[in-house]
Amino acid sequence: MIWETVRLSLRSIRRNVLRSFLTLLGIVIGVAAVIAMLTIGSGTTQKVKADISKLGSNLLVVRAGRPAGPGGPGGLDQVVRPLAEKDLAALVAHLTGARAISPASQKQVRVIFGTESLTSGVTGTDSAYLDARDWKLVSGRPFSDSETRSGTGVCLIGETVRQQFFGAGDPEGEIIRVNRTSCKIIGLLEPKGYTGFGQDQDNVVLMPLHAYQRRIAGNRDIDNIYIAADDRTPTSELQPRVEDILRDARRITPDRESDFGIRDMTQIADAMASATTTMTGMLGAVAGVSLLVGGIGIMNIMLVSVTERTREIGIRLAIGAHEKHILIQFLVEATVLSLLGGIIGILIGLALAGLASVTLTIPFAPSPAVILLAVGFSALIGMVFGFFPALRGARLDPIDALRHE
Amino acid sequence: MAAGAPLITFDKVWKSYGHGEARVHALAGVDLAIRRGEFVAIMGPSGSGKSTAMNIIGCLDTPTAGTYSFMGVDAGRLDRNRRAMLRNLYVGFVFQGYNLLARTTAAENVELPLIYRGVASRERRDLAMQALAQVGLVGREHHTPAELSGGQQQRVAIARAIVTRPTLLVADEPTGNLDTARTHEIMELLTKLNKELGLTVTMVTHEADVADYAERTIRFLDGHVASDTVNVEVA
Repeated sequence: MIWETVRLSLRSIRRNVLRSFLTLLGIVIGVAAVIAMLTIGSGTTQKVKADISKLGSNLLVVRAGRPAGPGGPGGLDQVVRPLAEKDLAALVAHLTGARAISPASQKQVRVIFGTESLTSGVTGTDSAYLDARDWKLVSGRPFSDSETRSGTGVCLIGETVRQQFFGAGDPEGEIIRVNRTSCKIIGLLEPKGYTGFGQDQDNVVLMPLHAYQRRIAGNRDIDNIYIAADDRTPTSELQPRVEDILRDARRITPDRESDFGIRDMTQIADAMASATTTMTGMLGAVAGVSLLVGGIGIMNIMLVSVTERTREIGIRLAIGAHEKHILIQFLVEATVLSLLGGIIGILIGLALAGLASVTLTIPFAPSPAVILLAVGFSALIGMVFGFFPALRGARLDPIDALRHE
Repeated sequence: MAAGAPLITFDKVWKSYGHGEARVHALAGVDLAIRRGEFVAIMGPSGSGKSTAMNIIGCLDTPTAGTYSFMGVDAGRLDRNRRAMLRNLYVGFVFQGYNLLARTTAAENVELPLIYRGVASRERRDLAMQALAQVGLVGREHHTPAELSGGQQQRVAIARAIVTRPTLLVADEPTGNLDTARTHEIMELLTKLNKELGLTVTMVTHEADVADYAERTIRFLDGHVASDTVNVEVA
């Protein structure tokens, strides 16, 4: 019986190809928009997560100054006491559960080789930095401990810097000038590409912290301390330990707030990801509105269909169809129609998302759950919006219906 | 039901429309009985109540007052779905305008009542073929109404009416759209079905020569039965 009805409805959809197609269009566009939005959205979320994990996963970043609170940027009411080498030493001595602890001070500095110049992010750090940030060398070697201690003029450069100065050539052993001081290249960093925020992660120069402090910054400050947690320690557990050690090292009495902040990159990654998820949800909801419009289109056409086929309904009722038979017939027709629209919409939506993933270089992340949901939802729309017209058909008086011209 | 007991009984049947001053009585206390196996022609001018009577006989409509019993059942008191069931099981309909489903083959049209009876596809097909054979349309089962002549379409409609082996055939001006030759063919077919299958036939018609095929003629006038005569020639 139900198969019979499905066949019947397919036939009636086929009879009015153009009209059926136009009716479908609303659902097709709605479903395609929802699918494309959600698929592109979850691709973006994946991309953002991946980008942030490029900054370093399981990473804590300590910086001087109170963390920004709800009252605006912190630390304005007092002079910021910078991080110092004794803070770093205290962490190295007492912190457990860390894989790597590394200081870093950064500045945008003009770098010159021959007649070429480039403004690069120059970082003063030590040999643990590569481990903390999870960066790798393509060639060369990291700083030795003695180079770090003595502040020798050696550096590691990123891919962008190499291309700018040496093209395809080998930079190792060459001397570049970084802000009036000479620096010998001892290694090349693995290319990392751009972050999701458009920052070139390969336009960097790393040099020993002491060399940076003496020759570039002109002070003994440390801007950041990077702490990478080991595999067994979640950053959320590591963070209070870091805070205790630093408060102790910086002699902050219990009645006072910390004058430094600890950022958890994992938390930031989660926050960013949840922000994109929210955005995706909102865009999906907007697209969902077009589904509603599509549903109204289905209702409209089903009303027309019921009116047009009044005589047919009369014949069916006369020869013994019950109300429910007529109801089911039109309900199935509306459902098949919108389901068809849903399936076409899913295909178009996935195609759009695929196209977007190529042009925006984000991962193509179709979700079976979303697709299933779209199928279910479009069927539901057919049922909901088909119900009223179907009921109207089913309630017709057979005598009047047979008389209908 | 005892043999020979009436198949159809009208007991002071009223059918009224409208309210107050504008109240119109399409049937005004009609008494009537039709036995199983009869071939009855119902005649009368427009507005005489013959169509209303036919609708009640076919269980499409219910009386406002009085009792209509069909096969001993008080059909006038049944709800829509029960009457639909009654129609599906015991009544076949033939209309003036054929009322076949367009773009649907003859066989599928004939199968239609069986679908609502829940008959399996294979059996439906067989029964439809038998019915089409009974009305002399073998070889036309895959034609759509548009590909058939008026006479042939009415034969398909008759096949659809008898495919459920009904007790009663209700025909509303079955020859109204047909030429003389076709009219006689259809009337002979109805007579044959009445004789061979024992099918009770009630038929509304304007034309005296069509009514002559029936054994009995009931004339309606102003909501009453004006005359009820037996056609000696046929009977």
